[in-house]
Amino acid sequence: MNKIPNRQAVCETLMELSATDPDIVVLASDSRGSASMAPFAARFPERFVEIGIAEQNLVGVAAGMAASGLKPFVTSPACFLSMRSIEQVKVDVAYSKTNVVLVGISGGVSYGALGMSHHSLQDLAVMRAIPGISVFLPADRHETRRLVEALVANPQPAYVRIGRNPVEDVHESADFPFEIGKAICLAEGKDVTIIAAGETVRPALDASLILEAEGIFCRVLNLHTIKPFDREAVLKAARETGFIVTVEEHSIHGGLGAAVAELVSQVCPVPMKIVGIPDEPAIPGTSAEVFAHYGLDAAGIARAVRKLTQC
Amino acid sequence: MGIQSEQNLKMKANQIRRDLLHMVHHAKTGHTGGSLSSADILTTLFYDVMHHDPVNPDWPARDRFILSKGHSVEGYWNILADMGYFPKTQLETFSKFGSPIIGHPNNKVPGVEMNTGALGHGLSISVGMAIAAKMKKEDWRVFTLMGDGEQAEGSVWEAAMAAAHYKLDNLVGIIDRNGLQISGSTEDVMALEPMDEKWHAFGWHVVKVDGLGTDG
Repeated sequence: MNKIPNRQAVCETLMELSATDPDIVVLASDSRGSASMAPFAARFPERFVEIGIAEQNLVGVAAGMAASGLKPFVTSPACFLSMRSIEQVKVDVAYSKTNVVLVGISGGVSYGALGMSHHSLQDLAVMRAIPGISVFLPADRHETRRLVEALVANPQPAYVRIGRNPVEDVHESADFPFEIGKAICLAEGKDVTIIAAGETVRPALDASLILEAEGIFCRVLNLHTIKPFDREAVLKAARETGFIVTVEEHSIHGGLGAAVAELVSQVCPVPMKIVGIPDEPAIPGTSAEVFAHYGLDAAGIARAVRKLTQC
Repeated sequence: MGIQSEQNLKMKANQIRRDLLHMVHHAKTGHTGGSLSSADILTTLFYDVMHHDPVNPDWPARDRFILSKGHSVEGYWNILADMGYFPKTQLETFSKFGSPIIGHPNNKVPGVEMNTGALGHGLSISVGMAIAAKMKKEDWRVFTLMGDGEQAEGSVWEAAMAAAHYKLDNLVGIIDRNGLQISGSTEDVMALEPMDEKWHAFGWHVVKVDGLGTDG
C-alpha cells in the first residue's frame, strides 16, 4: 500500500520545480500542516505566504500575485476554499483570468468524522459552473505530480481537489502519457464503461477486475480533468459500450455524473447510473466506511454495474 | 506623470465630472454619486501621483491601481480615455450591448488591472500585488480606492490585517468617505465611525484628507 498522500506529492513536486522556477509561490490559510506544505515553507520561506484563517483574503491575495507575474498555488481545505472564497474564485480568478491554482486539500469526505461543515461534496458542481476555470481530480500520487508539472508549465485558473489520506496507486510510476483535458483509458472493455475521477478511480479499476471474473468486461475511464471535459472519450465510450456508470466522491448533483449525463443525454443517450453521495449530509466515518456505505467502493461499484447492465 | 498644478488638477477633476455626467445621462444608467465624489481622488492619482504610461499599459514598473468600489467606474473610464488608454469615442458605447466599457472595471480594456465590482475584493488583490512587488524587489506601488459603505465587508478587514502583518509600505488604501450608500447615510445603515481609529488599530498609518480637493 502506498504511504504517500497526494498532498505530499503536490509539495514535493512544487519544491522540485521551485528550484528552477522563481515565480512559484505557495499560499496557505493556517493550513501548511494539513496541506503537507511545511517542507516548502521551511525551504522557501520567502516564497511561502501565510494568510491565516481568512479564505476570502487568501484567494484575493493570490489573484493579485498572479496578476503581478507570479504562479501562486493556494493550499487550503477544499470545504472552505470552494465555498467561503467562491466569489473571489469567480471574480478575482476566473473572470479576471489570473493564473491561480487552487489546491483543495482533504477533499470529499476526507474529514469524514468532522461532519458536513468539513465535507466538500459540492465543490465540483460549483467550480464546474464558473466559466474560465479548469477542474481536476488526480487519481494518485503519480498523476498528482504530472498535473502539478503541467500546471506550472501551463499556468491557468485551476481548481485541484485532492484527498487527505494516501490512496493506492493507479499508475505504476509517473511515466505515463498525461495531458490536461484528456481522459485516461485504464481498461478497454466493451460491455459497460465506468467513469471515475480522483479517489474513486482505484475502486473503479478494482470493480472492473471483480466483474471481469464474472464475464463482464468494463471500460474504465479516468476523467482526471472534469473541465475542460473530454467529450470525445465519453461519447466514444457511450457508443462502443452502451452503458455508463459514473462514480464520484461528490454529491450526485452537479458533479462528474452530471457532466457525463449532460453530454450523453443530448448526443448519444445510453442507460446511466450516477453513483455518488445522495442529497443528504454525508454519514460520518472514515473515508473507507463512507465509501462502502454509499457504494463507492469496488463491491458497490460492481453492484451498480450489474444492476444497470442486467436491467 | 509629473507634478501638476493644483489649479490644473481642479479643472481636470471638474472636466471628469462633466464628462461622466454626460456619459451616464447618455447611457441612462450608471452610479453617479460615488463617481462624482471620487473624481478628485482619481484625478490626483492618475494625473499627478501614479507612475504609468497610457502608451504602454503593461509597463512592468507601473504603479498599480485597483478600483475596489467598482461601481464608481464612470470617472475611471473617462480618465483612462482622456489619458489615451483607449479612444474617447469608445465612451459612447458605455453599457451598450457587447461593449467592453461596462458598469464595472473590465480588464479587457487597456489600463484596467483587474475586474472588480463585487465589494470587499480590491484590497486583498492589492495586498497580493504589494507582496509580489516586494518579492520581486521592485519599487512600484499599489493604490486602492474603496468605498465607505464597502467597509462593512469582512474581507476588507482580512486584507487590512494582512497588509499590516506584511508591513506593506508600498500599498496605499484610500476610502472615499462620502458618507452615503444606496440606502442612506453610512452611519444609519451600518455605523463605521470612528473609522480612522479602526484602521489605526489594524496597524495602518491613517491620514485624513479633504477628498473634494486636490492638494491633500
